[in-house]
Amino acid sequence: MTSFAIPNTPSPAAPHGAARSLTAREVERIRNDFPVLTQQVNGHTLNYLDSGATSQNPISVMEAEQEFYEQRNAAVHRGSHTLAVEATEVYECAREKVAAFVGAATDEIVWTSNATEAINLLTYSFSNASLGLGGPDAQRFALTAGDEIVVTELEHHANLIPWQQLALRTGATLRFIPVTDAGLLDMSAARGIVTSRTRVLAFSHASNVTGAFSPVAELVALAASVGALTVLDACQSVPHIPVDFHALGVDFAVFSGHKMLGPTGIGALFGREELLAAMPPFLTGGSMITTVNMHEAEFLAPPQRFEAGTQRISQAIALAAAVDYLSETGMSRIAAWDAELGQRLVRGVLEIPGVRLLGDGPGVDRLGLVSVDVAGVHAHDVGQFLDDAGIAVRVGHHCAQPLHRRLGVTASTRASSYLYTTTDEVDAFLAALREVGPFFGTTPTPSTTTTSPATTATGGQR
Amino acid sequence: MSDLQSLYQQIILDHAKYRHGASPVPLTPDDELWETDDTHIGESHQINTSCGDDVTVRLSITIDETGYDAVGLDPIGLELGVISPDEMIAALRANMTVSSLTWHGDGCSISMASASVMFDTLNGLPYTEAVAVLENFREMLRSRGTIEPDEEVLGDAAAFGGVSRYPARVKCAMLPWVAFEAALADAQK
Repeated sequence: MTSFAIPNTPSPAAPHGAARSLTAREVERIRNDFPVLTQQVNGHTLNYLDSGATSQNPISVMEAEQEFYEQRNAAVHRGSHTLAVEATEVYECAREKVAAFVGAATDEIVWTSNATEAINLLTYSFSNASLGLGGPDAQRFALTAGDEIVVTELEHHANLIPWQQLALRTGATLRFIPVTDAGLLDMSAARGIVTSRTRVLAFSHASNVTGAFSPVAELVALAASVGALTVLDACQSVPHIPVDFHALGVDFAVFSGHKMLGPTGIGALFGREELLAAMPPFLTGGSMITTVNMHEAEFLAPPQRFEAGTQRISQAIALAAAVDYLSETGMSRIAAWDAELGQRLVRGVLEIPGVRLLGDGPGVDRLGLVSVDVAGVHAHDVGQFLDDAGIAVRVGHHCAQPLHRRLGVTASTRASSYLYTTTDEVDAFLAALREVGPFFGTTPTPSTTTTSPATTATGGQR
Repeated sequence: MSDLQSLYQQIILDHAKYRHGASPVPLTPDDELWETDDTHIGESHQINTSCGDDVTVRLSITIDETGYDAVGLDPIGLELGVISPDEMIAALRANMTVSSLTWHGDGCSISMASASVMFDTLNGLPYTEAVAVLENFREMLRSRGTIEPDEEVLGDAAAFGGVSRYPARVKCAMLPWVAFEAALADAQK
């Protein structure tokens, strides 16, 4: 496998300052590897600011998938013919590479379809343990009435609903760490919510709505002080900053391939070795057993225990190619570029009258991501206006209804960057965002505008 | 006119801001609403699951007894088998009028303007005409820009012609009209 250094995870106080950011010239070169970025949309070159939802794929990732089908396609972990052996080798090599990328041992990475499935795997395994499956070793995951599961108010639905359902199945109580008006976790309240009754603390590494990082060290210490398991939703962090799950000290973590230059249909669950070893399986069937008789079965060790059925082979291999691409570019440098674009977005948004930034302002350690509310204009109308200028953003509640409700809005408009995003793209977004209020007639025409108010600033005509 | 301006015509932006027929308070489903033999109330709440926009429509249909007598039909005739149930329903509908239309909703400018225009267009219309306008509106929206809006029939609602070229937004424009249609069915239960 390719070897590369894994930089330390940045501390909240000194985010990514140490690393040299990408240069404009490097970003231009990177863009050549992403054919989709040259697409024309509504008469403009695509300005893709929706990487928080899904990232684009470099040619090397698409080629890796094609190459597998052209040269090595076979089922893995079964059959002894040459292709099957080769396929198994590249597939397991992919696991090794992805594991190293996130600071995990190879067998601590379980392939799933996506992060949502990874969290469901966890919660159904805990559910099975609660039913007595998995023997005495699995009892550490068993939940019952009186036990508490703690999440946060800013979670993506994927890290909320599976826990709600687990609570319903086991009689455990679901509690949450509230969010402040500034959109950050209320850590003073957290200390009263995480108690000796807490069995699981599940939280996001970075919010997919505000872009702000959570104080992982503080939350992990809090969970450790009461003996609770920690589950990290790392969907927004793994693609954008160097992440080392061992260094972070979390028990479990999940992430998705398609947000980190990989294809859809592949994600992973990280679990500390001794924890995975004690967990009962979720999906059962072929490829996860040792001996089977008509009444019962013995299961393989992790990660195979949790990978029933024919696996997502080409996707895993393509994800490894994505990890190669990210590592070669340098995660610390990508993080620095992302942080730079994030601060540019925040500063720009705060200057626009009638536009409210969700979550706290400049200086907060954040991703290259902002969500905004334009006074008097529905997010879908904002998105439509931007799309007309070739700018692709996400509109809606971004699968985080509770957080939007907490911040007093039903929907917002989100712009999110990645390593291929240019400062020009960010500036074009900000310029277009400035025109939204005047177009819909909710804010006065900015005095700086040079276009004729009759044709653009006042919006449509009869 | 740019594509965006044909979508967001001034008339749409105006209706989105000054919403005709909008109830200042949410319309909560109410089975106890006062009805008579001649007045039937219908309600419907519709949600666009892709964005969360919602609209509730409430309306009355009133049956004009004069017209009803004029066609010489009578429930007794139905009992006696002089007329068929279909003829009876057709005769009733020919003498029904939509009234007291009101709505409440939350959503994008297209859906809110559409509800406002729907109020102006359909409130007070004879039942058969309202249904015809609704069908014309639906046909125009589903045409992907191939049908020129019939201003004679649609009035202000013709301004939504530009929406038909944005398949993702057709649902927004249809939402209040679908609620109207369902409320109409509810009133006839």
